[in-house]
Amino acid sequence: MTAVGEPGVQDPSVQIHAADETPRGYGAMKRKEDARFIRGRGQYVDDVVLPGMLHGAVLRSPLAHARILSIDTSAAEAHPKVHAVITGETLAGLGLAWMPTLSHDTQAVLATDKVRFQGQEVAFVVADDRYAARDALALIDVEYEPLDPVIDAKRALDPDAPVIRTDKDGKADNHIFDWESGDRAATDAVFADAEAADDQLVVVQDMIYPRVHPAPLETCGAIADMDPVTGKLTLWTTTQAPHAHRTLYALVAGLPEHKIRIISPDIGGGFGNKVGIYPGYVCAVVASIVTGTPVKWMEDRSENLMSTSFARDYHMRGEVAVTRDGRIRGVRVHVLADHGAFDATAQPTAFPAGFFGVFTGSYDLEAAHCAVTGVYTNKASGGVAYACSFRITEAVYLIERMVDVVAHDLGIDPAELRMRNLLRPEQFPYQSKTGWEYDSGDYPHTLQVALDKAGYAELRAEQADRRRRFEAGEPVSLMGIGLSFFTEAVGAGPRRSMDILGLGMADGAELRVHPTGKAVLRVSCQSQGQGHETTFAQIVAQELGISPDDIDVVHGDTDQTPFGLGTYGSRSTPVSGAATAMVARKVRERAKIVAAAMMEVSADDLEWNDGRWQVAGDPDASRSMADIAMAAHSNLELPDGVEGHLDATCVYNPPNLTYPCGAYVCLVEVDPGTGAVDVRRFVAVDDCGVRINPMIVEGQVHGGLADGVGMALMQCIAFDLDGNCLGGSMMDYLLPTSLECPSWELGETVTPSPHHPIGAKGVGESATVGSPPAVVNAVIDALAPYDVRHADMPLTPAAVWCAAQGNPLRPDLGIT
Amino acid sequence: MQITVSVNGESYVRDVEPRLLLTHFLRDELRLTGTHWGCDTSNCGACVVRLDGVPVKSCTVLAAMADGAEVTTVEGLAHGRTEADLDPVQEGFMVCHGLQCGFCTPGMMMTSRALLDRDPDPSAETIREAISGQICRCTGYENIVRSVQWAAAKEAAAREAADTESSEAMA
Amino acid sequence: MQVPAQFEYFKATSVDDAIALLTRHGPESFLVAGGHSLLPMMKLRLAEPETLIDINGLDDLAVIAVESDRVRIGAMVRHSALLASPVIAEHFPILTDAERVIADPVVRNRGTVGGSLCQADPSEDLSAAFSAMRATAVIRGADGERQVPVREFHRGPYETAVEHEELLVAVEVPILAGSSSAYAKLERRAGDWAVAAAGAMLRLDGDTVAEVGIGLSAVGASHFVAPEAEDLLRGGPATDDAFVEAGRLAARHCSPSADQRGPVDYKRHLAGELTTRVLRRAARRSRGEEA
Repeated sequence: MTAVGEPGVQDPSVQIHAADETPRGYGAMKRKEDARFIRGRGQYVDDVVLPGMLHGAVLRSPLAHARILSIDTSAAEAHPKVHAVITGETLAGLGLAWMPTLSHDTQAVLATDKVRFQGQEVAFVVADDRYAARDALALIDVEYEPLDPVIDAKRALDPDAPVIRTDKDGKADNHIFDWESGDRAATDAVFADAEAADDQLVVVQDMIYPRVHPAPLETCGAIADMDPVTGKLTLWTTTQAPHAHRTLYALVAGLPEHKIRIISPDIGGGFGNKVGIYPGYVCAVVASIVTGTPVKWMEDRSENLMSTSFARDYHMRGEVAVTRDGRIRGVRVHVLADHGAFDATAQPTAFPAGFFGVFTGSYDLEAAHCAVTGVYTNKASGGVAYACSFRITEAVYLIERMVDVVAHDLGIDPAELRMRNLLRPEQFPYQSKTGWEYDSGDYPHTLQVALDKAGYAELRAEQADRRRRFEAGEPVSLMGIGLSFFTEAVGAGPRRSMDILGLGMADGAELRVHPTGKAVLRVSCQSQGQGHETTFAQIVAQELGISPDDIDVVHGDTDQTPFGLGTYGSRSTPVSGAATAMVARKVRERAKIVAAAMMEVSADDLEWNDGRWQVAGDPDASRSMADIAMAAHSNLELPDGVEGHLDATCVYNPPNLTYPCGAYVCLVEVDPGTGAVDVRRFVAVDDCGVRINPMIVEGQVHGGLADGVGMALMQCIAFDLDGNCLGGSMMDYLLPTSLECPSWELGETVTPSPHHPIGAKGVGESATVGSPPAVVNAVIDALAPYDVRHADMPLTPAAVWCAAQGNPLRPDLGIT
Repeated sequence: MQITVSVNGESYVRDVEPRLLLTHFLRDELRLTGTHWGCDTSNCGACVVRLDGVPVKSCTVLAAMADGAEVTTVEGLAHGRTEADLDPVQEGFMVCHGLQCGFCTPGMMMTSRALLDRDPDPSAETIREAISGQICRCTGYENIVRSVQWAAAKEAAAREAADTESSEAMA
Repeated sequence: MQVPAQFEYFKATSVDDAIALLTRHGPESFLVAGGHSLLPMMKLRLAEPETLIDINGLDDLAVIAVESDRVRIGAMVRHSALLASPVIAEHFPILTDAERVIADPVVRNRGTVGGSLCQADPSEDLSAAFSAMRATAVIRGADGERQVPVREFHRGPYETAVEHEELLVAVEVPILAGSSSAYAKLERRAGDWAVAAAGAMLRLDGDTVAEVGIGLSAVGASHFVAPEAEDLLRGGPATDDAFVEAGRLAARHCSPSADQRGPVDYKRHLAGELTTRVLRRAARRSRGEEA
């Protein structure tokens, strides 16, 4: 392998926003939450111990599809440390054997009739300690009658396919939904035209975005504490959406909502894995009710990988109508979506395929259409659960891979092809052909910044030289350069068009300014590492002119925070961040009245200047927020109708999504003798509008880029034809380490969102969404001497070598 | 069985089942919950502690094996409660944003501390190699590398200052 | 978190004590060294020993000793110690190469040479490296020590020549003046088990191959070796063509199985490719062209 520069030398162009001073508002600053984390004093769910707490463990199905003939729990119940064994039958008696999913389907809490995927929950043991609970699992005897499983999604709709959801009345197939987006007739017309014209062509490519799992380092778990006296349930749980969970528990279990308190303490990564409600949580609640004591349940890693929400599993056919000189006219997509045994994806109700409708990407098209069919298979359920912005990951992969296939077929440089087709800045706000209104962007500029930063022309020259040497028989590695340009759509709602199970996607914020000018902000979203305690304090600081150090951010406790839908789909800053700015502005306006009373002037004469209310034109006459706060709580006379204090609340209903974008350049080296891929460089230029804490934004991008490398090169949950999960531990489900990740090279452009109060856009998922196609495009580019046009992720050494031999692997099934 | 383990300089005597994993001994018996666990297969490194100075994955060590040994956990990194008492590695992780969710952080810091103890000026490659058995899902590793480099630079500056002081004292 | 089933636990105070404990507690008693293969199996309840005999205290087995014509590597030598050993790097670069890619640095702090060999995983690296070196396993039982060539040590997947009431105490690797060696492993990701791996030892006499050993891992090579390729090279010219041909023979005679690391034809290809690469590297090293 060749390497650039000396080992260990950082690229001097890399921006480092490390900082240890506290700015007044925006800017890099150390995170407030880190003081506890670096001392080992974070408090994650498994760190919580309650008096008398018992431990639960789940017995899971070893088979993918089988009828349950009998369950004998007597030996487990006889174990001296076991307090209870709960089965589907127990739950059925309580009306809790099935629960609603986030997609208006039902899911078994504990199986009653049959098991539908390997790892499905069958029984729940409650014991004195976690070791005894595990021991007791081995004492439960379940008799199964194996059934043929449906594993290959492409066979799920065969007329003779076994029916998985026999629990649903009259269900005679494995079909879940058909959904489409765009104008079918207009799109077909463009394609018919392109097929007929000599100067145009239609490019077609099938591709699989295989099933992956977010695998946060902390697995999922809960401690349920049902107080038998007060009837109040306190549930410590790994959730990204504490308020939505509270409402769902109320609806599912029939518990009064004011008697439910959800506490989501420190969360060891979520990435979408901790959005849904899992059977183990419900079992812990039931177990606490049954035993009258707190019950903790923490899944192990295999349980996490085999049973909780997976992501992707999209089998896609992309078609592009394009002129021979590289003008993309239309895009047509067919998707077969494998949703597993229960339709439990977490997305807005009206969007069964999430926001896949953004598949038109960053390009100016004449017409576009997609049709998505969802099917059941004997695999774990899920679908939208991995930093994917509601399926925009799949959409971006599809379009960015297709653009490279078009470039390949037309012999046009992929950077040039993108430049010819990108939306132009004057087209914003842009109405896409599938009904989305892109808010802002300067795409050609962002792409150019990335190309310049990468030294694109020089890289192509180096690549040409390398290919000459390779073709001359020299033992050199193959160099590949891959691009992607993504547009994201994040920050759901608006509530009128976006809801989860009827709950509109708006979020609340409450702000209290204490008499001494220190503040407490309460928000509905929940950090899983994004640094909300810092970023949101900075937003308030910027609006009120006080230090972020003087602002506490409270989150993750439904008794302490206002209602809101939570943190996923990169929505914290677009929605809760906006709510925070708006509530701070409310406080600021109230402070203006108080300041006017303090200075005995008209509020109309005041202006906000450098963090103080000041008499216009008189810098000596001003009041700080601390002065005003004390006065607001004092006996100062305020105008009639003005309440005292400086507290305020706000619910923010976003008028539109925000549309961050980015241009990525990936450089890989491929060893033609082994198929091994080395990511040599990765340049990422992100535009997420205004950056509140650039250090945190860069951290978010870094993590997403590692995800992209992981998904492109190694992460995959495949199944053999018996339905055995082939990625059920971290030995088999590979996550990237420090050695597969290069030193990321970041850049930025800033196009503020015109409708967001502070011009910010979401960024949490941008890099996860945008980077996989860049890596794949780079590997395929490297394989040009073998004339490879496409190969599916993950591009393991075997997949690369097989693609070069002309025998591409199918990633969703076991290798035979 | 009875075991005696020194943890962060304090000696603990406990009756434990032979099968008790060192991770659980630290977390459940001693309530030192800074040591986490993230897999079951010794792949993720969230559970790394130092056993007689050597970083090990405590999910794959029996508490019984630590009988008579000295264990250091993340709780033992700082010398006291104030910011000035922090280990430079802890400071580096804060300044360089080497953590996000904080779950891998204790293990990463224990390995990094051990690395700097034997190699005070490691290259980025050396740091990446040292932490290559530990998974971070948030940072993409870049800022972890920078954090360790920051700590190394701080300690080098401190050594230099001490050298200058002692040579001045000798003069 | 997964946890092991219950067992009795004893710390062995000496090799003889360990053997006595094995004898006393019968076939359901297992030795545990670093534990990084056994404990995960126990957590999955795929192994449920009634008794564990901990040999981590046997410091006299944790020694790397240089003798006149061989190096004796104690069974309790940790992977990290083998990797860091200058003596090993000087005489057996194949072992240093291999250790660099066995598991990860923290696991290497705990895992042992003897533990890896006795686990006898078909994808284990040191088995191939020691086989290439024609090392000898030293096994002790109640009746004393016996020596078994590493090439006869493996009886099959997860099975070795070590009987229940015996202990692997050391591996002896012959020092061959003028020889050199190399190891290469292809993995899907750092720390993963090998997709395929190959090790080679070469002693050149001018441009002729005087002695050669080729080890293979993860490709179903019987006893982790490629004897046909060795036979081809021995006494012949040390040319690139010969190394390529040796690779072809190694590929032809191994029998890999398909799994998520790759299909059979790919693994077979790798067996050849890696064999050729390590032969080239060992030759360059023995000619002083490469460290």
